[in-house]
Amino acid sequence: MMKSGSNLEKILRAGHFAFTGELGPPRGAHAEEVRKKAAHLKGRVDAVNITDNQTAVVRMASWAASLILIQEGIEPNYQMVCRDRNRLAMQADILGASALGIRNMLCLSGDHCLFGDHPTAKGVFDLDSIQLIRMVKQLRDEGKFQGGAEVDGRPSIFIGAAANPFADPFEWRVQRLAKKVEAGVDFIQTQCIYNMAKFREFIRLANEEGLTEKVFILAGITPMKSLGMAKYMKTKVPGMDVPDEIITRLQGVARDKQAEEGIRIALEQIAELKEMKGVHGIHLMAIEWEHRVPEIAERAGMLPRPVVN
Amino acid sequence: MIVAKRKPFEEILQMIAGHRKVLIAGCGTCVAVCLAGGEKEVAVLAAEIDMARRLKNQPIELGQTTLERQCDREYLAQLDDRAASYEAIVSLACGVGIQFLAERFPTIPVYPGVDTCGLAVNQDVGWYEERCRSCGRCVLDRTGGICPVTLCAKGLYNGPCGGTNRGFCEIDPEQPCAWYAIYERLKGQGRLERIRAITPVQEWRDTVPRTLLQPGYRKPEKAKS
Amino acid sequence: MRLSYPANVKIILVPCTGKVDVMHLLQAIQRGADGVYCVGCLEGTCHYNQGNLRCRERVERVREILQEIGLEPDRVRMYNLSSGEAPTFVAYAREMTELIRRLGPNPLKHSKPSIRLEEAA
Repeated sequence: MMKSGSNLEKILRAGHFAFTGELGPPRGAHAEEVRKKAAHLKGRVDAVNITDNQTAVVRMASWAASLILIQEGIEPNYQMVCRDRNRLAMQADILGASALGIRNMLCLSGDHCLFGDHPTAKGVFDLDSIQLIRMVKQLRDEGKFQGGAEVDGRPSIFIGAAANPFADPFEWRVQRLAKKVEAGVDFIQTQCIYNMAKFREFIRLANEEGLTEKVFILAGITPMKSLGMAKYMKTKVPGMDVPDEIITRLQGVARDKQAEEGIRIALEQIAELKEMKGVHGIHLMAIEWEHRVPEIAERAGMLPRPVVN
Repeated sequence: MIVAKRKPFEEILQMIAGHRKVLIAGCGTCVAVCLAGGEKEVAVLAAEIDMARRLKNQPIELGQTTLERQCDREYLAQLDDRAASYEAIVSLACGVGIQFLAERFPTIPVYPGVDTCGLAVNQDVGWYEERCRSCGRCVLDRTGGICPVTLCAKGLYNGPCGGTNRGFCEIDPEQPCAWYAIYERLKGQGRLERIRAITPVQEWRDTVPRTLLQPGYRKPEKAKS
Repeated sequence: MRLSYPANVKIILVPCTGKVDVMHLLQAIQRGADGVYCVGCLEGTCHYNQGNLRCRERVERVREILQEIGLEPDRVRMYNLSSGEAPTFVAYAREMTELIRRLGPNPLKHSKPSIRLEEAA
């Protein structure tokens, strides 16, 4: 049964292999910057994630950039973190987003303020991501605010969340996914995958628990732009698992061929993921590389994107 | 116990800049144990202020005292006959003591000499680690005796988040991940089902000033003074 | 050995430098001493394991305090030697005296502290 009527939901329910992109709003008030980045993604993905003050750095509001995308004829996936707002602000934003045509939402805890440009800000965390999922579901399916009062006009939202199969403890990751499913999530986008062996194991466990029948899973892919990026991701980004073979492959090619090698690795991953039972699509996070998305989409055999009415 | 940290000297000096007679009041309980505001710290602060002011040619008269507790009326009463002879008081008690002292002597400015930092355990002499935020809704039964409100940097009730890093928190490679620890402990006890269920949205109780009246007790008609 | 050392050094005996407290050093300066130094055993040879190390930390703390209040930290120092090193003891006494001479007299010696102990009644 259709819950939100979003393009992403239609694609997934029709059994197509979904393909989503990502766009980080600008550090200023220029709508043009959003439009420019979005132009590369139009027609190449089913929906575009709009990050919410990612890495705790202030940017244009996620809902605002999402609206600009709608104006451009692109479907946004509105990200919301628990770090910056309490349950009142969250519910108000969700109602407003739905009223203005936003149909997908990704519920996240959010990076700690210490990482960003306001390191001494007070993190709100009134709710955590799992409680947020449940709150959105309650608004949508029961027409009740978190506080229990009736909602007059339920929001139509396809509820998403993240999963990191690589953070410790590994055994608990599938259990935490199960908690998100129990909370009412419709789709999952995973952390960037580099360790395919570990991801296969994660999906095997998720299949075993029957979770992949209850939730759509989009596998997260971020092509490496350079050896430097790979090394940074391996050593500096918490919860990221970059195996040595990725580093070795990038080391094996000339510096000006590293980006191409990074794309090739991503294409090989996508080819395998397309065939993997329990994986329903790809979430491509081409960080500050939106202009390469058309080429990656083409070479990955993702084009043209299906249209479902 | 409650732990506190002495404020930077320059900040204290600024607070009392206009005063010529000041009392330094320590507290003999928590802040004495954590080496922030006991008898010894009062003496050190007094010596520092005395020397700094004389070096600036602005000598100051100081008094020093350490009450048993600044959070109990009967101990504050010991200053009743003397407080008025001072222009100001610097209290080295926790925030509770400082306020109770200020309430006792409402005409005298009372300044904080310490920053109160929380409820902590004594790991070693001079080394304390926070363990409780006094949220008023203890969940330690569900979390293996490890507090997610205090020890998870995001205060998550359904952790761990994706930032847990080989058992440590994303904010600091030396800060253990509370939820990793919770998982390990409950696994060891065979009680993982405790965190398999979703912990619902917290009903915060620390959003208003809280008054505690133990069962079987009543507030006196008029608070005794 | 009958070695002579500068007559301005007044020796205060303690069982171990671990006995020396921040307040001892601060009070000396507060009451007008031009400098104070602690002479402890060589590090690693303390009969009480940690005494001379603790003293060094307290000396460091006092040096920070002197900096904060506007006095030269070098008025308070820590030295280490073994009991058989009389010539080194003399050398340190001379070095400290020389250092203090260069810094000049303690400006606090011209005035007196006014601190009253309010006993809890």
